[in-house]
Amino acid sequence: MARMKFLCDADRCIECNACVTACKNEHEVPWGINRRRVVTINDGKPGERSVSMACMHCTDAPCAAVCPVSCFYTTVDAVVLHSKDLCIGCGYCFYACPFGAPQYPKVGNFGSRGKMDKCTYCAGGPEADFSTAEYEKYGRNRLAEGKLPLCAEMCSTKSLLAGDGDIIASIYKERVMKRGYGSGAWGWKTAYKETISV
Amino acid sequence: MNTWFKSLVALLALAFVASTPVAAQNNNFNPTKEAVKEEQLLNALKSGERLTGRISIPDENAASLIQPAGQEWRVFHQQKLPIIGGVAILGMLALLAVFYVVRGRIRIDGGFSGVTITRFASLDRFTHWLTAGCFIVLALSGLNLSFGRMLILPFFGPETFATLTALGKLAHNYLSFPFMFGIALMFVIWVRDNIPNKLDLEWIKQGGGLIFKDKHPPAKRFNAGQKVVFWIVMGGGVVMSVSGWFLLFPYQAQGGVSELQLWTTIHALLAVLFVAAMFAHAYIGSVGMEGAFDAMGNGEVDLNWAKEHHALWVEEEQAKGKAPAIPPRAMPAE
Repeated sequence: MARMKFLCDADRCIECNACVTACKNEHEVPWGINRRRVVTINDGKPGERSVSMACMHCTDAPCAAVCPVSCFYTTVDAVVLHSKDLCIGCGYCFYACPFGAPQYPKVGNFGSRGKMDKCTYCAGGPEADFSTAEYEKYGRNRLAEGKLPLCAEMCSTKSLLAGDGDIIASIYKERVMKRGYGSGAWGWKTAYKETISV
Repeated sequence: MNTWFKSLVALLALAFVASTPVAAQNNNFNPTKEAVKEEQLLNALKSGERLTGRISIPDENAASLIQPAGQEWRVFHQQKLPIIGGVAILGMLALLAVFYVVRGRIRIDGGFSGVTITRFASLDRFTHWLTAGCFIVLALSGLNLSFGRMLILPFFGPETFATLTALGKLAHNYLSFPFMFGIALMFVIWVRDNIPNKLDLEWIKQGGGLIFKDKHPPAKRFNAGQKVVFWIVMGGGVVMSVSGWFLLFPYQAQGGVSELQLWTTIHALLAVLFVAAMFAHAYIGSVGMEGAFDAMGNGEVDLNWAKEHHALWVEEEQAKGKAPAIPPRAMPAE
């Protein structure tokens, strides 16, 4: 069975934000919510790196562990999803997530948090596949069509890789060996509790 | 001559180039190769720091690349808090049970006299019950957020539990305002009688009437134990209100996720201690002491109860002409 992962090759990312735009457009993500974002460190200095960040779909997800209503679940592909019907908008998942993936619309009482929204690995949610309800709440379900997440598909430099962990690890390993160095597959160790052996 | 001159110039040029710092640097430093390594960067972070960069999104909070403090917060919330909460709350309940078994209900030694004295006016009682009522709902809904998944969810379906929790969260958010108002009001009406003084030391030395059966240490309107409760409620209430304020309006917290983790930690820790303290207060005001509940129940307490537990206050009230004199047939136990 495939174990789905993301890998952002920080040596290839050119900060074009195609992943951000693709995600926003495909799922009609509301204003103020950023499922995926590109962060640039050491901007303008030698060693500048850009990394595309979204939910890493962790093994032993911290968000799932702290949720007071247990609204998270992990699919057979190891994609971490949640139910917006159960979510109470408390914010705990945001406090626990090392990557800052959970986002909230400001529609709660006193303008506070509404239901949590995050990257779904283009795998929708607990509603029936391809239903209107699923699209309205969680966005498009590409995984059920047999397709990979759109952010990785749209990446202009193929720095953002998505798919089965073993396959993308081998792609990345090939790159590292070819160029003689690698940036350690940002976030991989924190999310999946393992390293890519090169 | 020309050839010799040219070679000399070439040699000098080579020497010049070779000796400059630029040439030396190029051999050792490759900025592309000194690339980001997750391990390295995480080690460089101090506790609570986030790794941030530049983003094109206006929201500054999105600039964080990784915040390892989230893992620590998870450990606190899932492991440390349940232990601290369990020890505090269950420990307090166990302590009260043991106290009840050993010491029993504190009786009025002289028996009920049948004559009452006004202890708390309507404003006092209103303030107390406003704050206490809000506190109970706040405590239950709050404890549910921290422990409900472990203790209550197994008995209800996920939909029912989520609905209950959502309603609880709404109640928690809205009732916090009357609670804060009640705390402020309590401070205004009772702070004068809750200033600690030497009489309280004497009361404590005599065991406060809790430990030794026949002692009735002197006390004015509020004894030392009640003053402790007052200041716990004031201090706890203020800290819960301030920390809770930032949880009500999370986008006002300038420090982003790190600040919110701090406020949540303070709020949760203090909550369990506060609840444990209030169990003790509720115990002594109801089951623990005969005749005590009337004080807040209808405001009128039995005169014998008042003389045994707040003798100096009774004298003050009698001097003001507000209290009935001792009826001849009801004699104090001494």
